[in-house]
Amino acid sequence: MLDLLAGLGRKQLDILAALGRSGIFIFQSLVGWPKSTEALSLWVRQVYSIGVLSLIIIVVSGLFIGMVLALQGYTILVDFGAEQALGQMVALSLTRELAPVVAALLFAGRAGSALTAEIGLMKATEQLSSMEMIGVDPLKRIVAPRLLAGFFALPLLTLVFAMVGVGGGWLVGVDWLGVDGGAFWSNMQSAVGFQQDVINGVIKSLVFALAVTWIAVFQGYDLVPTSEGISRATTKTVVYSSLVILGLDFILTALMFSNI
Amino acid sequence: MPKQRWVEISVGGFMLLGILALVFMALKVSGLTMNADRNSFQVEAYFGDIGGLKPRSKVTLAGVTVGRVAAIELDEEWFEARVVLEMNSSLQGKLSKDTAAAIQTAGLLGDNYISLTPGIEDEMLGPGDTLRDTQSALILEQLINQFITNSSRD
Repeated sequence: MLDLLAGLGRKQLDILAALGRSGIFIFQSLVGWPKSTEALSLWVRQVYSIGVLSLIIIVVSGLFIGMVLALQGYTILVDFGAEQALGQMVALSLTRELAPVVAALLFAGRAGSALTAEIGLMKATEQLSSMEMIGVDPLKRIVAPRLLAGFFALPLLTLVFAMVGVGGGWLVGVDWLGVDGGAFWSNMQSAVGFQQDVINGVIKSLVFALAVTWIAVFQGYDLVPTSEGISRATTKTVVYSSLVILGLDFILTALMFSNI
Repeated sequence: MPKQRWVEISVGGFMLLGILALVFMALKVSGLTMNADRNSFQVEAYFGDIGGLKPRSKVTLAGVTVGRVAAIELDEEWFEARVVLEMNSSLQGKLSKDTAAAIQTAGLLGDNYISLTPGIEDEMLGPGDTLRDTQSALILEQLINQFITNSSRD
């Protein structure tokens, strides 16, 4: 019985220690990041592999989510003779919820897992420790560009997702189902506010970007350097990121939209 | 890894796409206009009951949108709703001082909006003036109530 209690306590302390390590880790890698041109080119390379290469999955899923929203919304709204409100329904659900959340979930699966595996393999093959040996700080060289690239890429991907989704909704609603195009856009414009919807959506995605990249890079940096450890850390990245995204989304929605 | 030049070009394209998306969301989706606030003047109106009127509701004249509701607050002296209307500045000095304001409903279940009816006085409405001739919102439940009590009395 006592052993059980002691084990439980040790587990809690381990979790607390990991949290503390991740805090120190992000602080050390971001404070005093060199602002040379070389650092910039490292960052650009990471934006390429995190952001540009995720663009295809974001565009395709944005298009289909917008299309399916329009299709489902139309079949419901047409019963009430309110199919004019289709544009506002598609745009509001995309900018407020679907674009930030779905883009962040896809980002965690596409880019987060890759980050964890890459850094984990570097650790397992002792590239990180040999870097330290020759006097290069791996936190500054490897970790910081990836963190900053992730913070930058996800808000842009979210905006692209929302734009393509609205385009997909237009395609199905106006082009295929025959909703009036003028009513589609003008209802959308009167319902969507730039500050309260678009900017809040971007703030949401910025928070998700911080969470996902932090989790992904820390899991890679902190894993047990074996092949099993890498696979476990990659799984953890996707699971933790998804849970954190959905939990944070509820809190942010309650803060931002509960009084509208 | 591909060549550095290609990486830079594609990242530049990615950033451009992001900015394009932001502009699209701002102008086409949320209908943001740059000079909405500068070209306007404010007038006040007092209503006994505003029904479901909200800030940013439309103000129309002959069905054409000519402004928005800027603020709604309670006047604590007379217990009426004080509504601040933000009107297009092109109408400044063209509406007469006895313009009437009525709260109406778009369709049976639609949003409330304020409809203006021009008056006949020679003096013109300026910034900060108060509309005297107002008509409160028509509340459907009250009408139905009235109808039921009246018909049961007969």
